[in-house]
Amino acid sequence: MRGGALRAFVVKELQHIVRDRQTLTVLLLMPLVQVLLFGNALRNDVRDIRIAVVDPSPSAVTQRLRDAFVATRRFHIVADARAMDQVEPLFRRGEADVALVIDPAFTEQLGRGEPARVLLVTDASDPNTGSTMEAYALAVLGDYERTLRGGSAPGIAVQTRMRFNPTLESVNLFIPGLIALVLTLVSALMTAISLSREKERGTLEILLVSPLRPWQIIVGKVVPYIALGLANAATTLAVAWVVFHVPFRGSAALLLAESLLYTLASLALGVLIAANASSQRAAMLGALVVTMLPNTLLSGMIFPIASMPAPLRLVTNVVPARWFIVIARGIMLKGVGLEHLWVETLVLVGMTALLLVAAVRRFHARIA
Amino acid sequence: MSEPAIVAEGLTRRFGDFVAVDALTFEVARGEVFGFLGANGAGKTTAIRMLTGLLAPSAGHATVAGHDVGRDPEGVRRRIGYMSQRFSLYEDLTVRENVELYGGIYGLSDAEIRDRGGALLESLGLTPWARTLVGAIPLGRKQKLAFSVALIHRPAIVFLDEPTGGVDPITRRQFWEMIYETAARGTTVFVTTHYMDEAEYCDRISIMVDGRMAALGTPAELKRAHGVASVDDVFVRLARAG
Repeated sequence: MRGGALRAFVVKELQHIVRDRQTLTVLLLMPLVQVLLFGNALRNDVRDIRIAVVDPSPSAVTQRLRDAFVATRRFHIVADARAMDQVEPLFRRGEADVALVIDPAFTEQLGRGEPARVLLVTDASDPNTGSTMEAYALAVLGDYERTLRGGSAPGIAVQTRMRFNPTLESVNLFIPGLIALVLTLVSALMTAISLSREKERGTLEILLVSPLRPWQIIVGKVVPYIALGLANAATTLAVAWVVFHVPFRGSAALLLAESLLYTLASLALGVLIAANASSQRAAMLGALVVTMLPNTLLSGMIFPIASMPAPLRLVTNVVPARWFIVIARGIMLKGVGLEHLWVETLVLVGMTALLLVAAVRRFHARIA
Repeated sequence: MSEPAIVAEGLTRRFGDFVAVDALTFEVARGEVFGFLGANGAGKTTAIRMLTGLLAPSAGHATVAGHDVGRDPEGVRRRIGYMSQRFSLYEDLTVRENVELYGGIYGLSDAEIRDRGGALLESLGLTPWARTLVGAIPLGRKQKLAFSVALIHRPAIVFLDEPTGGVDPITRRQFWEMIYETAARGTTVFVTTHYMDEAEYCDRISIMVDGRMAALGTPAELKRAHGVASVDDVFVRLARAG
């Protein structure tokens, strides 16, 4: 009998979701749009790259290299210097994005048929733009290399250096954060809205005087959104992979399991918010503030945690997304397994348990 | 006579220093239509929440359909039906889906839901509307459907919280016919209303003033006791005095 009641309730929730075509469409397309939007925003940001050229011994050869950058139109030379220390102030004042440092022996190295050395320094204080700018500069250098005597020569040896954020791997860092964001949005926000809607319309009362137990109401609310959230995570991954060629090196099953865990935490948060909110609108705002802001700003998704001030760094520890992002990055980009991620996973398990207990209790307390 | 449907003895609920419901003592017989009246804020809602097992009493106790509301609220909830002034059905589900939902929640088997649901829609003339979203059918029909749905598990007692709010007079009359039919089949009807003409239709009425039961009896008894012509006058006298 109990099973039947829960089943009937879950069916009802599914019907609500399917009936509300608009919201469903938004929910299903959101990850797609977000990935495309964020992905492209990264590219559009770097139309006009300010480059400083450090050429200690100019020659016709190095002049051609300089011209290769000018010819792309994407680069805009802001300084021609003889030594790196002349460029330093430009970086510090934010007047240059990239420095191309040509080895003093560049021309001779090429002439001798040795790899000619070039150092590329990129301002990566905004890590995403940084890596994109670097990629463009590398592309120009690659083109230049190919023009050198039909490519038979050893060409040039490029060394790259990121300033301010040297450990940066790539824009790929961003996708795991996006998965976290999408999962949180769907789970926490939608649960909070759908539960507070029942409260507002008075239908919750009807459910409460029925033999359904509070935990059944919560489970019934939550189950459909777990499915929806995971579908969204899959879309995000697919788009990231197909359109932006983000690598996926680790176990899909593990990522799925971790996503499920993270979704549960978000759902519990949603229930908690709904239990405290007096109206649908309050629940929506509450969910946005409690989930979106920490998720984007304090999770390491956009701003590296290592570069935050110490008090803020401490605060990030209570943001579930922070832990999930480490896990997702580990699985996707490094291909590591649970043996390296068990600490983060345990933290997430702990948070989820805590949130679930709090949610059920709070829900109980508010209705009694 | 068999055991009463509702027995309340000294039923009390305090919120801090405020006594919302103060020592209610009354009985409701099986198959009775019991009108539960009172001005807004008189403690009706709190009393109903206790009787439906949503709120634990601070003192005293009550038995509903043989189950103690404080000790066995689950047992109470399985034996009662409930329909509120605010709309009880889901507007974005179809008529049939709503019926299936409530049948399922109250533990009916699929076969029972099919049989009783079919009969229910038939008797309300809603069979052609089965696949229509509830939001799209007229209010009067919705309220009748909500009432029938609240009875789908054949509860011993049905609580109706201002069931006829905003409904036209003809539908109201039809609604009360449904209430009488239900009572005639042995189901106790516990109904709140602000319409005093409806109060006259009840077997017995109680009037709550400031958390206490200021009057209890048949409409005729109360009118006689206060020497007035209508329940409306009784109500106004008591509410003013309070």
